[in-house]
Amino acid sequence: MWDRNQMAARAAQELEDGMYVNLGIGIPTLVANYVGDKDITLQSENGMLGMGPFPTEAEIDPDLINAGKQTITELARTSYFDSAMSFGMIRGGKIAAAILGAMEVAENGDLANWMIPGKLVKGMGGAMDLVAGVGRVVVVMDHTNKHGDSKVLKECTLPLTGKGVVNRIITNLGVLDVVEGGLRIVECADGVTEDQLRAATEANIVD
Amino acid sequence: MKKVYGSASDALDGLLFDGMFIASGGFGLCGIPELLLQAIKESGTKDLTFASNNAGVDDFGIGILLQTRQVRKMISSYVGENAEFMRQYLSGELELEFNPQGTLAERMRAGGCGIPGFYTKTGVGTQVAEGKEHKDFDGETYILERGIVADLAIVKAWKADDTGNLVFRKTARNFNPPAAMCGRVCVAEVEEIVPRGSLDPDMIHLPGIYVHRLIQGDHEKRIEQRTIREA
Repeated sequence: MWDRNQMAARAAQELEDGMYVNLGIGIPTLVANYVGDKDITLQSENGMLGMGPFPTEAEIDPDLINAGKQTITELARTSYFDSAMSFGMIRGGKIAAAILGAMEVAENGDLANWMIPGKLVKGMGGAMDLVAGVGRVVVVMDHTNKHGDSKVLKECTLPLTGKGVVNRIITNLGVLDVVEGGLRIVECADGVTEDQLRAATEANIVD
Repeated sequence: MKKVYGSASDALDGLLFDGMFIASGGFGLCGIPELLLQAIKESGTKDLTFASNNAGVDDFGIGILLQTRQVRKMISSYVGENAEFMRQYLSGELELEFNPQGTLAERMRAGGCGIPGFYTKTGVGTQVAEGKEHKDFDGETYILERGIVADLAIVKAWKADDTGNLVFRKTARNFNPPAAMCGRVCVAEVEEIVPRGSLDPDMIHLPGIYVHRLIQGDHEKRIEQRTIREA
């Protein structure tokens, strides 16, 4: 089974040299630690391309934050712009890929990650725009919830963030692609058998 | 043409009324018009509708107007990190219209550009699309979103000249230009007003045509998530 960092490292393999990429909050943020020598430009949808690492205490700048409202730094390649232009490049398909967290995904590529009715009302932020606009959507999430129930479903039960938008799912148990008729197993995580992966998945798995 | 005022309350004089619609710049607590929000609180103007990406935190940003119950409705994309907001929303005291972040930014930009509506793929097949016109273009389905025109826009910039040309700093730009554009009137607060001619005309982020009134002030610039790495 993969831990958070191993999932992030696996997700980093999705990125190719020269890509402009948006990373969501949580495990996706860790993906930046594993891009290695690849030339990747990170977008922060509040209005920045070329996001750098977290600042040292001396570098902290209240005018420089990422989409998770964390303080960050700039790089030599950095550019700033307003939120309308930022989502123009997202909606316009200029961002090659987004790596996002999820509460639920379904076998048809539906994604739910923005609210739990009656319990948690935070909002979708930029997630709906991202999944509708970017070239490729990779979801990184735990395969099951804390009760052991599958989060990789036949149909989402929570309000959707996007319909038929997910291309690839990376979980602590393995990697699955959304294909015609269901999900196809790409690989199993270290120490996980295909039977274990299938047993933890409610969604239909096709060969 | 006199745009520079002495204080936030002076700059808002005659512009505020109960039930009005205000568009505000800022993302989280970054680049928010903190001085103008404080002045709106002190004015006691109520039943306000705000188009703003977030609602601040409990004691900063739009949060201070929620504490005094001056806000009737929020149009936002993300309202986490604000306990009083959540309480008022769940108890039905506050109306909330969730807009995807990019849709909200584009609604402001479009409204300011004289575009009453636009089609977007964002939100198709979700709650956001319910009740909206759907239309297919080139085999893909889009929904109609309306442009926003607000009674008042309030924004924060880094520098201005006395004609209202604005320069923003880093990610504090965020929603400020589109918010400014969609206001029938726009009031900007800045850290420094410089004489005309001292800003490079090629480096102006928002032309002064969008800015009607202007103040200079001291900003707290509170940080929401202080995240550091080891040096």
